[in-house]
Amino acid sequence: MAERSHYRDRHIGPDAAELQRMLAAVDGGADLEEFIERAVPASILAPAPELPAPLSEQEALDELERYASDNGAHKPLLGLGFYGSVMPAPIRRLLLENPSWYTAYTPYQAEISQGRLELLLCFQTMVADLCGLDMANASLLDEASAAAEAMIMLWRVAPDAKRAAFLVDADTHPQNIAVLRTRAEPCGIDLRICADAADFQKHADQAFGALLSYPCSSGRIVDWRKLIAELRERKVPTVACTDLLALMLLESPGALGAAVAVGSAQRFGLPLGAGGPHAGFIACEKAYMRKMPGRIVGIAPDSEGRMAFRLSLQTREQHIRRDRATSNICTAQSLPAMIAAAYAIYHGPAGLRSIAERVHATARGLAEALTAAGCKLVHQDYFDTLCLEHPESQRLADQAAEAGFDLRCADGRLCLSCDETVSEAEAARLAKACGGKWTGAAADSPAPHAELARTAAPLQHKVFNANTSEHAFMRLLRRLAAKDIALDRSMIPLGSCTMKLNAATAMQTLASARWNEQHPFAPPARLAGMNALAAELGEFLTRLTGFDAVSFQPNAGSQGEYAGLLAIRGWHRDQGENGRCVCLIPESAHGTNAASAAMVGMEVQNIAVDAEGGVDLEDLRAKIDAAGARLAAMMVTYPSTCGIYNESLGTACELVHKAGGLVYMDGANLNALVGVALPGKLGPDIMHINLHKTFCIPHGGGGPGAGPVVCTDQLRPFLPGHWTAADGRTDGGISAAPLGSGMLLAISWAYIRMMGAAGLRAATGTAVLAANYMQRQLERKYRLAFTSASGWCAHEFVLDLSEFKDSAGVTVEDVAKRLIDMGFHAPTVSFPQANCLMIEPTESEGIAELDRFCEALAQIRAEIDKVAQGEWPRDDNPLVNAPHPAADLLDGSARSYTAAQAAYPLAWIKDDKYWPPVSRIDQVKGDRSPQLVLAPDMDPAPGAS
Amino acid sequence: MSEELRYTKEHEWLVPVGDGVWRVGVSDYAQEQLGDIVAVELPTADAAVTAGQACAVLESVKSASDIYAPIAGTIVKVNDQLEDSPEKVNESPTTEGWLFEIKAEGEVNQNDFMDLATYQSGLDG
Repeated sequence: MAERSHYRDRHIGPDAAELQRMLAAVDGGADLEEFIERAVPASILAPAPELPAPLSEQEALDELERYASDNGAHKPLLGLGFYGSVMPAPIRRLLLENPSWYTAYTPYQAEISQGRLELLLCFQTMVADLCGLDMANASLLDEASAAAEAMIMLWRVAPDAKRAAFLVDADTHPQNIAVLRTRAEPCGIDLRICADAADFQKHADQAFGALLSYPCSSGRIVDWRKLIAELRERKVPTVACTDLLALMLLESPGALGAAVAVGSAQRFGLPLGAGGPHAGFIACEKAYMRKMPGRIVGIAPDSEGRMAFRLSLQTREQHIRRDRATSNICTAQSLPAMIAAAYAIYHGPAGLRSIAERVHATARGLAEALTAAGCKLVHQDYFDTLCLEHPESQRLADQAAEAGFDLRCADGRLCLSCDETVSEAEAARLAKACGGKWTGAAADSPAPHAELARTAAPLQHKVFNANTSEHAFMRLLRRLAAKDIALDRSMIPLGSCTMKLNAATAMQTLASARWNEQHPFAPPARLAGMNALAAELGEFLTRLTGFDAVSFQPNAGSQGEYAGLLAIRGWHRDQGENGRCVCLIPESAHGTNAASAAMVGMEVQNIAVDAEGGVDLEDLRAKIDAAGARLAAMMVTYPSTCGIYNESLGTACELVHKAGGLVYMDGANLNALVGVALPGKLGPDIMHINLHKTFCIPHGGGGPGAGPVVCTDQLRPFLPGHWTAADGRTDGGISAAPLGSGMLLAISWAYIRMMGAAGLRAATGTAVLAANYMQRQLERKYRLAFTSASGWCAHEFVLDLSEFKDSAGVTVEDVAKRLIDMGFHAPTVSFPQANCLMIEPTESEGIAELDRFCEALAQIRAEIDKVAQGEWPRDDNPLVNAPHPAADLLDGSARSYTAAQAAYPLAWIKDDKYWPPVSRIDQVKGDRSPQLVLAPDMDPAPGAS
Repeated sequence: MSEELRYTKEHEWLVPVGDGVWRVGVSDYAQEQLGDIVAVELPTADAAVTAGQACAVLESVKSASDIYAPIAGTIVKVNDQLEDSPEKVNESPTTEGWLFEIKAEGEVNQNDFMDLATYQSGLDG
């Protein structure tokens, strides 16, 4: 096709001629349709579901514009953890809209991820420093789930199991209390809402922890020092739920005595986006270091002693610890966290302080104007949020709405939150609408609280002080981006991660104010376009999966699992079967499955897997019998985690159903099914969909993700509720916002709308064809770890490299690092089996790129043979020494191979050589003495040496 | 004193240190299999344990392995040095790298455990 007028021809890498070559290479039939019939088992094959005819890219943008115009144009001053903010233009241009950042994967392969790891370390440093605590992690999903993670962390380390109560300040954002409630119940945690200090003291002896809001939901700032000290005395550590901008002016939670702090970094440059994506955070004292949830970046030396960065302390996490992990979280909010860190770098401490002062001064100015107009200020100590009493508060709110401002009116009180976007003119208009007169932002504003002015100067680190000119900032971001491999350099063939195209068109909405300036708790009319788009996307997703209902609340796949298992648990309880608590999980499952099951209080039993990675039916029968009436659920991945359309799914589901259990399907491998099979018709009752894998939301270097769940009608009543819900289902919230990260939904909507049903089926067929095409080439060089009965793999396949350990002393890690020298991100390492590589090409790579990657692996195989044959020593060869930074090849050290053999093993590498900034990183040193924040004089940005 | 060590099938050793107290650690084979130990999580002193109960964790970069109490009793002492120097488990698993001490509850039957020769012959097979 000469002109790629259809989006599908841009999304799908191979063109018609290339597809023919690939089909011929695998004996796949005359066309893609014939190939699909060969490679996909007839037992699951279904026609493509009906979807509207595909739109061109321009038509999709026009349609999105129509939806956007249905959203409101009011300025939301609703607060509750969501505030207007300004994303500086350089951040938008250099970071958010730069594929070097948004198309990157989670930085597990540290050597090719130094740029994003550095920026995430800046995030950790910023959060820890502002909170006055020792360390922070690299983000959590949102503030509400961060509060819940903090509660669970304290619960796990509680010295006395008899203390089962968690005490929560009543003046806490309602969504935080809602999510705490959801998360507490299955663990047997007794959540007690405390109205005042006396209440906290009354319950202290039964409590393992307490959460105080600082500032509170109503804007009030309380000097909690005395209470925190008393609680600590009685062995109750405190979590402060806080606000980073307020902390520019206020004493830090750590200085107040809190052991943990949580919150959201949203107002550091991230749009409201109807709830997200935003970076939640958690900071804590060092004592909790090995109990903290989520990813943590640490400093560690590379093999030459250079300062480098890596994800540290991974044994806490689900992929290693499974049901005993500190949390089920994997994908977090890397891109939002990096944007928040960049916001702090761009403004610097002085700039941030002046923003905070301006916000506070605007609030004070409005307080003066509105009290003069008859409002009574309820709290005298506040930062940005005013809580007002007025005999006709609803009338005032209505008048404000008419003037274009949404205020919060509840229980006869009027609350409004100022933010950096509120101009003096707007404040004057608001004051006038409420019957007051604006006399200007309060000059010489006193501190938000007389006793709690910040003492320690924040963010004194070099990186936050040396990059506030736009040139310096631009060069910093370029230097960091250049250190990394993302999809803008080469394919990222990560099995089970589906690194496909993130189309520029689909991401256009991220720049549109009508999408991203919506508050998640705004009146429904303001969100009409957003909600209509979500409803339509929900309809597409249920049709594509064969299920009946959907919830968009889960912010990541792990949360989807959690929501799904909660629904299963809810259904059993509704049937009066409270004793059903056993969850069967195949040995080869993702670690998240087991971690999620543990979070809903289920007991995990492993099931053996058959040669295709499917459930071993005999073992399943035995485990079902053993569980008896305690059987709650089975969790399966389909196609199996070995990349095979295994045969046992249907029978396995039947067996579980007959025994009274329900089936959860992990949607990680949905890219092998879209448009060709309907998982909802194959047995599972509920599944999550990773929109960031299958439906094109970018991975962002480790998030944002989106993990909506789809389920049968039977489970619909047990999907997450939300405290704002109009339908009365206000319980069971798992995220802060009802649509999770609402702003992301337009990306998946655009993808589906531009592909159409036939396009999606072609994408799946091409993804499976590409995997088989690569498998054919690579099985000549490597052993396949698993083979299906039919001989076809699904969308991914697994190579077993274990033989080279003996033959050449080469490990799978050496191979992964050697790929770096050739400019590639490694495939998934040692999942679902040790010493293996799992390769998933996706449909978006053309034949040239597939061949290039196969050639790289063939070259590596030749190098392994040289070592095996003794041509290169086992302890000095390009594999064990990989990757090779330029500096190391120029330092004159003697090696058994040449610099050219190290750097340019294949001719085409010279054309666009990727030079790794560091050599292999010392994992052991990094975990023995973890360094998790930057020291003030450290300046990682100019480079490693 | 290493000939006095008694071994378990879980690759732990124990040795009496007097007064009914037994010192516990992991075998040289175990530390080698685990790789570089980066952190050790030890039980709290005074904790009561039953035989076979998981009561400590050895962490490497890529794994976390449970350590089981070989006998029932009360933890009377833990090796605090490991908090700062977990590498001692790798360097000297049967001496400086010991993990904790248990005051046995009741009689300990030495025949429940293996001597070094028997333990090692089990590894070869």
